Amino acid sequence: MAEFSSNLLLAAFILYLFGTIFFAGSIRQKNVNTKKGPGRAGKIGFLMGLIGFLSQLGYFVTRWLAAGHAPVSNLFEFITFFGMVLVGAFLIMYSMYKNAVLGLFALPIALIIIGYASMFPTEIQPLVPSLKSYWLYVHVTTTAAGQALLSISFIAGVIYLLKDVDQSVKSRSRTWLEILLYLIVVVLGFIMVVTTFSVQGYEAKFQYVDELGAEAETTYPLPALVGPNEGVLETANVMEPLMLMPDIVNASRLNTVIWSFLVGTVLYAVIRLLIRRRVSQLLKPLTKQVNLDLVDEISYRSVLIGFPVFTLGALIFAMIWAQEAWSRFWGWDPKEVWALITWLFYAAYLHLRLSKGWHGKPSAWLAVVGFAIIIFNLIFINLVIAGLHSYA
Amino acid sequence: MEKIKCECGHVNPHGTVLCGSCGRTLTEEATKQTMVDMRYEGSARRSQTYKRTFIDKTWSFFSSVKVGVWLIITTLIVSALGTVFPQEAYIPPGVIPEQFYSDQYGILGELFVFFDFHRLYEQWWYLVLIASIGISLVIASLDRFVPLYRALKTQRIDRHEGFLKRQRLYAKTEASPQDEVTLQTVKTRLQARRYRVTEKDGSLLAEKGRFTRWGPYVNHIGLIIFLLGAMLRFVPGMYVDTGLFIREGETKAVPGTDGQYYIENLDFSVEMYDARVDGEQFATALENQGAIVKQFRTEAVLYERVDERLPGQEVELEKVKEHDIIVNEPLQFDGFSAYQVDYRLDELQRMNFQLESIETGESFGEIEVNLNNPETNYDLGNGYMVELVNYYPDFELEDGVPSTKTSSPNNPAFVFRMVAPDKEAGEISFVAIQQNLDPTGENEYKMTFSGIDTTDVTGLTIRKDRTLWVLGIGGIIFMVGVIQGAYWNHRRLWIVRKDGVVHVAAHTNKNWFGLKREIDGLLENVPWPPLEDKNAPPSEEKSSTSMENTNSRNRNEEG
Repeated sequence: MAEFSSNLLLAAFILYLFGTIFFAGSIRQKNVNTKKGPGRAGKIGFLMGLIGFLSQLGYFVTRWLAAGHAPVSNLFEFITFFGMVLVGAFLIMYSMYKNAVLGLFALPIALIIIGYASMFPTEIQPLVPSLKSYWLYVHVTTTAAGQALLSISFIAGVIYLLKDVDQSVKSRSRTWLEILLYLIVVVLGFIMVVTTFSVQGYEAKFQYVDELGAEAETTYPLPALVGPNEGVLETANVMEPLMLMPDIVNASRLNTVIWSFLVGTVLYAVIRLLIRRRVSQLLKPLTKQVNLDLVDEISYRSVLIGFPVFTLGALIFAMIWAQEAWSRFWGWDPKEVWALITWLFYAAYLHLRLSKGWHGKPSAWLAVVGFAIIIFNLIFINLVIAGLHSYA
Repeated sequence: MEKIKCECGHVNPHGTVLCGSCGRTLTEEATKQTMVDMRYEGSARRSQTYKRTFIDKTWSFFSSVKVGVWLIITTLIVSALGTVFPQEAYIPPGVIPEQFYSDQYGILGELFVFFDFHRLYEQWWYLVLIASIGISLVIASLDRFVPLYRALKTQRIDRHEGFLKRQRLYAKTEASPQDEVTLQTVKTRLQARRYRVTEKDGSLLAEKGRFTRWGPYVNHIGLIIFLLGAMLRFVPGMYVDTGLFIREGETKAVPGTDGQYYIENLDFSVEMYDARVDGEQFATALENQGAIVKQFRTEAVLYERVDERLPGQEVELEKVKEHDIIVNEPLQFDGFSAYQVDYRLDELQRMNFQLESIETGESFGEIEVNLNNPETNYDLGNGYMVELVNYYPDFELEDGVPSTKTSSPNNPAFVFRMVAPDKEAGEISFVAIQQNLDPTGENEYKMTFSGIDTTDVTGLTIRKDRTLWVLGIGGIIFMVGVIQGAYWNHRRLWIVRKDGVVHVAAHTNKNWFGLKREIDGLLENVPWPPLEDKNAPPSEEKSSTSMENTNSRNRNEEG
């Protein structure tokens, strides 16, 4: 069952990939978009996305059956689920606005997210006592759905910026947009380097002294550029670290971050050399047919739809569960604080939309920042800041 | 202040921009514009009208969206600062904060403590920020809700031409004899789309979703109730947060219940996952990650005290219920909940010692010391007796003086006085784990360690929170309001036939594409022209032949 489940996930991944290609084709088709609907290629793209979504839903259900609990209990499962609901949110917004460009950007983002998720341990884990509650399903799924809808706002925002930012004139917008795309390339770099070394079964084991002064052991999945505090390499025939880190730094994670940036930067440089333009310049033609007012509205609408869902899942359901499991509905745990920050941010967004100057471009940038906060809370809090939510 | 009387006869409060009834522009500024500002229907808001006294200024400060957004952003950034390092509540218990942050995070950690960021969310300035948001919620809502409500209530069907032509979506055409028929066609279509249609003298107002305009005010009320609920916690009796440790077999009064309730711990256990029992699907994970806890469980019995509580009277308990306290399933009674939060396994419970002769090793009897509640005298018969002179449950030497760190028997140490028929004055012996000291060096007897008995201890948190229902109501009202405001749109369509001209105008509070799509359907195949969008981009790049569907529609409208 577990294997079947993984195959369904793989199928979904491939379908999203093809969906993207068809959406790209739909953009290139001429004279088909003037009439109602996005044309034939767009329809096929949508269908691919839909079947992919159903396939991933199949993965979700079969994994649930295999594990005996909903697969949202560790980073792999949660981020994969987030990718799935992102596609779901896209399908909803697509059915409202029938916009092919949205698919062309939403599906690749979902692909990257699912790819990123599979870099974490994928085996089925039993639930620890605090997660044993039906609120796990209710809270986590609603939160992820809210975050996914809010992420569509980011995708529409990026489309807006790609279309709106003038590539021929140097500007802050142009620079930041390029930095944003560079960071996406860095995520790709992370996926590439981790996959490469895990396929080879690479491991480097260290003996080191942790921040409490105790002897500890850690295993690097990548060659060590930076080693842990007073680290001694135990594995034979692997690279020695170039330098050692002090004890307050999680050296293994820092090492992975450095690798991701290295590979990401090389990848980005290669792309730049090949296309001899900025990446945003390369992508800009894809947004040629985009109506700025429309994507602005899609972006705003996604926040309007996503905000209540997010509030319900990430704050209200979260509080009810926290009251039951931890005896208090709110405890200023970092994940809780960042959920509040996300909520405050989108509350600010909605209030800013009331004033005239904050439509269009500023609004699109806000959507980008909002997504950054969501991703920060999704990944960074779990990996870097210790807290009650750092399962995985 | 004097009121403004509009040409249509409606009397508007001072500061009104658009007549509440007919919509005529009442200020010179508004008259110059090609589009009216439809926010709050151009009604007179207190904050925009009166700006002289201190109260006026405070009111207009807190009613400003700009100020509100700044408050939100400030709270957001400050909240984020508190997550840089863990809050005091999450650092290991018993450590000194200054020391901990300095050791762990260096200079930044010291600064963190210096600015009280390790208790950030209870600082007065943080609470002031939250309170300011609360005040802003009340004032900003009142400032807008009242005039908006009045304006929408008094709006006329046949609005003034100046109001209509300044709408974002507008078209006009010359009157024709078929207009009455057309009007009825459109009216039927409007009603099919659930518009509320009112007619007057051949003019028509269609409106739907007005209730969505109240959404923000409803959700603000919810938030205020929530914030008030959070403040209620500081009212005595509303909130109890305490805890207790109970050993297996022990029955203890529950703190905070005034001795009314007792909990007995029958057994505490930590269960681990076992792939053979819990399923082979977990085998890989258990192998890779080692042991994973399945459940922390306290088999508890709840008792209620039933005696008269007279001085000297024995405590009389009556069993209320049995309940296995596990994480996510607290024991609940009378508004209290007992949560599984902590435990200690194999805590020392009893220690056994033998009184022996140093020379022969002969034993003269055994004593059992209850480490949590030790007796002083132990009579072994035949003239042999042991007295526990001093007891240190958690022994340490502080400046050479024996003392105890805590009252838990983590490292027990004893001073015994051993009395024998031939030593009636007794000999002193100091006994600790792996230690047996004879302070005089002349003892003939000694206490020999002969056994221990351990037990598990469960740690429970006792919580009573009578503010929860207020928070619940606040939360529900907030959700209702936010959904009400977000998932519907307030759409209006005016058809005014006056002086040989037909004016058609439309407005929505958000989602203009949806409105335009709907109006396209409403005005399909009727002799009136489609509405023109004043905000539509002036025809997009000419080179592109294939335009977005909605966009091309805009062009058609313009053409």
